[in-house]
Order: sequence, then structure tokens, then C-alpha cells
Amino acid sequence: MAVVTAPPPSVPLMHRLKNPKVSITIFVIAWLPLMLYVMGGSSLGVLEPFILIPAIPAVILLYAICISTFRESTIALIGTTLVFFWFLIAVTAPYLPLIDPNKPIAPFVPPFTAKNDVFFILGTDFKGRDMLSRTLWGCQRVLVWGVSATFVAYIVGTAFGLIAGYISGWWDEIISFLGNVILSFPVMVLFIVILNYLGPSGFNIVIAVTFASAPAIMRIVRGLALDVKTRDYVFAAQTRGESALWIMVVELLPNVRGPIIVDACLRLGYTTVAITTLTFLGLGLQPPDPDWGLMIKESAKTAMLFKFSYMLLIPALSVSSLILGFNLMADGLREMSMRD
Amino acid sequence: MLKLIGRRLVQMVLIILVASLLLFVIFDTPQFKKRLAVQELGGFAVSALSEADYQEWLASRGLDVPFYQRYVDWMGNILTGDFGFSYEKNTEVGPLLASRLANTGILALCVFALMIPISLTLGVLSGMREGSPLDRSITFISVFTTSIPEIATAIILTVVLALGLGWLPAKSAMIQGFDVKQLILPVLTLVIYDFGYVARMTRASMAEVMTSQYIRTAVLKGIPYRRVVMKHALRNALIAPFTVIVLQLNWLLSGVVVVEVFFEYDGFGKLLLEAALFPDVEVVQACTLAAVVVAVTSQIISDVGYTFLNPRIRFS
Repeated sequence: MAVVTAPPPSVPLMHRLKNPKVSITIFVIAWLPLMLYVMGGSSLGVLEPFILIPAIPAVILLYAICISTFRESTIALIGTTLVFFWFLIAVTAPYLPLIDPNKPIAPFVPPFTAKNDVFFILGTDFKGRDMLSRTLWGCQRVLVWGVSATFVAYIVGTAFGLIAGYISGWWDEIISFLGNVILSFPVMVLFIVILNYLGPSGFNIVIAVTFASAPAIMRIVRGLALDVKTRDYVFAAQTRGESALWIMVVELLPNVRGPIIVDACLRLGYTTVAITTLTFLGLGLQPPDPDWGLMIKESAKTAMLFKFSYMLLIPALSVSSLILGFNLMADGLREMSMRD
Repeated sequence: MLKLIGRRLVQMVLIILVASLLLFVIFDTPQFKKRLAVQELGGFAVSALSEADYQEWLASRGLDVPFYQRYVDWMGNILTGDFGFSYEKNTEVGPLLASRLANTGILALCVFALMIPISLTLGVLSGMREGSPLDRSITFISVFTTSIPEIATAIILTVVLALGLGWLPAKSAMIQGFDVKQLILPVLTLVIYDFGYVARMTRASMAEVMTSQYIRTAVLKGIPYRRVVMKHALRNALIAPFTVIVLQLNWLLSGVVVVEVFFEYDGFGKLLLEAALFPDVEVVQACTLAAVVVAVTSQIISDVGYTFLNPRIRFS
């Protein structure tokens, strides 16, 4: 989980999307229901069984758009496919013919065996809950909290980076120093201290990730803003008498956006690792709902035998595939933006 | 050169001071004082305590004085080696932290001893001829291994090497004294996760050097390729990886938490996590402060080392 990030190349990746507004709308249609579903839970009431239905076609459509955009890079295609596989599973999980992930049936059933007239493809865990449905349901929380946390971290980091880069002077000194202080904590130590202070929950993970990632994002954005600041169109805006806020949001932000996207993909991977790890350590998401980190944590205590190692291997491989997806996507995007 | 070191040292002290202040302030709320009371007197005793008695208890513990005064005392105690008291382990924090840090130090030493040669060799080999099949496969392996989180690597290694083949012990608790065999799995996990990053940095640095003018001159002069690489390129190509390797110490301190908890190795990370879950505030503070000091020191060593190794900066 190295925080050192080389400044990504500055090429407008957004230009590849023929119609960015449509893509973003589709993403929102796919994302919002999932977020509401996971964060809201039972408070959605009658809407709960139906809310994810519009998200399914949206995810498929989004996947098609990504495929056609990343056609030239095989690595990016593999990465996107992995990520979208889990994304699709996350939105379709309630409609798939799965056994209730929290219902104990028969404990310690190995994969590909039938017991009590139920055929378990991936077996059951130590409490007798179906591993297949737990694994598939488990991706929901990791995805939602991971992406939300990264998103919030980017908003905070970008805001501070723009202020530090554009206004400079004392603001820059103070923000950069505080960023250095936070960066001097090893990431996991920072997570543990913050979650120990706030208590374990999804929202607190968002706060912890924001604290840990925002300084690094701030540094990148600050560097980009320092560069963009000297361009003529910024001087033009200053001469027009635009306010500092307007210049930062309208003139600087669109021009630092491209390089950030590559970095965001990498950071999504880090955040996913962090959330799974924190849950494994007992500081993240809480039982009983299925989650990969939680599955590892529970099995590590009960199933340290080769016969039962599938309980550890299945969540471990799932989380690895998701993170590999994010990393390959970032690699492909970087490769593509270098080529332009 | 001296001026730079001096400036960095001042910055380091400032960062540590601010970090310690933050650590002290966030654990200085009434809730945490109450928790301390619960740990010392027991839950029932505290709930039976009247407000006046509670204030008296605070006064007896010296918790009623303004916080800046206590912060100065706390820092003074730490500087004289008194880190406070662990309620969970029922010992002084100082010796406890020292022994755990030593354990983690052994782990880190083994990791570095294995990681540095592997990653440098792979990085140089792939950076030597950019775009060759060897380069591509090394790059792919390093992306792949760094993409798999430590927890998954730990699981796969345990399942294959310990549970499946039975070659190595699955846990590293070291109950019957120190055992090198128990160290292998944690070290391997950390090396597998970490070597890819350093290898990629080495590769980038090596590739940059190989395209430079003086290497081309050396090749055109007819010096054997081996000699060009070994004598001319390596010296300059290894400056950048040096800083990366030193900075890995910072990363290792966070990676070590998961590995130590999974393998039950009694090190710094496990101590921190146990303290955080208990919660044992003084241990958390001491551990975090130690981590910050190590991280900041490694940063300075890498900065100063870089300027020292790079003749362009050293003589300017």
C-alpha cells in the first residue's frame, strides 16, 4: 500500500468518451440504487425489493461503453471485465436464485456436495451458511463503501489541492504541512487510530479513508494546479475579475481532471484492500451481513485445516480478483493516455 | 548539504510534535477519561460513583489540570522513557513496546534481506532491455503480485505450504521460543507483496539510464554490453531505488499489522491492534508515536541519502 504516486501524465482521458454526459448519467443510474440499497438497508421500506432493477441494464450498458472505449488496450479490457463482473453481481444479487446468505443450513459441507437435499457449489462455512451466496453478496458492501470512500477522499483532496495550488502563500504552507503530518503516519496505523477513536462502521471507514488518502491526492492536485495556474486562460479569467472560487472550479478543475482519473483507479484498489483488511482486523464492517473480510476473519479462527481451506481461499481469491481488476484498469488507462 | 539536513531535521521535529499533539488531543475527551476510570475501578464502581467522587478520582489521577500542562508532562515522560501503563497486559508500556518492536525489527530485517536482492535483480534485468519478453513477463508478475492483498497472499501461502504440504507451521506465535521456521511464511508474504513495487521503480530508473547519451557512447565505443551495464549503468540506475527502498520501511509498518495478526506473530502491529480493540489508550499512543518516528526518520534518511548519492545535487 505504497502512497508514493508518480504524477500521472496529463492527457485528457475524458475526450475518449464520445458523450461523457450520457456515460455519467448511466453511471449514476447504476450507482445510486446500489448505494441506497447498501447504506439505507431496511429503511427503504417497500422500495427495497425493486430499487436495484433499473441498475441492472445500466451496468450492462456502462460495460458496453467501457469496452468500446478501451478497445485498444487488452490489459484495460481484462481489468474492466473483472470490475464489472463484480459490479453486475452486486446489483443482481437480490434477484439471483441464491440461498439466504445469513441462514444456517448444514455446517462444514465441502464444495460440490449435496446435503439435506441442497446442492452446495462452494460448500458451507462453519455456521452452515452457503458460501456461494455469501461470496456473491459480499461484494456489495466492499464495492459501495470502497467507491464512496474514494470519492469523498477525492472531493476533499481536490478541494485542498486547488486551494493550496491556486491561492498558495500561507494557505499552501499550512495545508502542505498538515498533509505531511498525516502522511507521516503509516496508513494502517492511521486507520487503526481513527477507527479506534470513532468506532467501527461503514461511515467511519469513509472518514478514515478520506484522512489517509486526501493528503496524497492533495499533493497531486496541487502540483497540477501550480502548472495550470500559469496558463493564459487563467490570466484572462483573472483580468475579467472572476473570483478565486470561480477560477478554481471552472478554469482549473476541468484541466486537472484527466490525470486524476488514472490515479483514482489505483486508489480504488488500495481502498478495497484497506476495507477488507480492516474488516478482517475487526475494525471495519460488522457481522452478520456477508463480507469478504469478515468471512476470512471468521474462517481463520475456525477452519485451519486443509479440508476446510476453501472457506479462506474463496473470499481471498474474490477480493484479489476485484483489486486486480482495478489495478489492471489503471495500468491500461495509463498506457492509453501515454500513447495519445 | 548541512543546511539541507538541518532544515529537514527541524521539519522532522515539528512533524513529530504536531503528530504527538494530535494523538494526545483526540484521546483527551471526557469519554476516554471515563473509559480509563472503568478500566481502573471497574464498570460497576464507576456507575455507582457520584459526580463529586468522579471529580475527586480525576484529581487523584491528575486528569483535572488543563490539557496543555498534561501534554507537556506526557511528552516529558516519554522523553525520559516512561510511556505509561498497559491495562490489558498489566505491564509498563516502555519495555513491552521495545520487545515487540524488536520482534518486528527481526521480521523487517528478513524481509529487506530477501526483497532487496530479488527486486533489484529483476528490476535491472527488465530495465536493461525495455520491451523484451523478459521485461514484459517481469512487469506482469510484479503487477500481479502487488495486486493481491497481503491477506490473500498469506492465506494462499498458508493453505499450500502449511496446511496442504505441511512443510511449515501455520502460525508464528513462537510459544516454544524463537523458531526460524515460523518466520518463513510472514516474511514470504511481505516479500511477495512488496518486491513488485521496488522492482518496477528499479526498472523505470534503469530504463531511463539505458537511453541516456553516455550509455550509447559506451556501447558505440565497443565496450561489451555486460560491462556497460555493470560498470556504467548500474551506478546511476540504483540511486532512485535506494530512496524507494528506504521509504518501504514506512509501508512495512502498515503491512506488518495484517501479517502479524494473521500469523499471530508477537510484533508491533499485533500489539497496536490488540490495544486498539481493548482499548488501551496509552499503548495506542505509544505505538503510533513510535511508528511516526520510524516513518519520519526513514523519510529523512531517504531524502538526505538521495542528495548524498546524486552527484548532481551534491556538488551544486
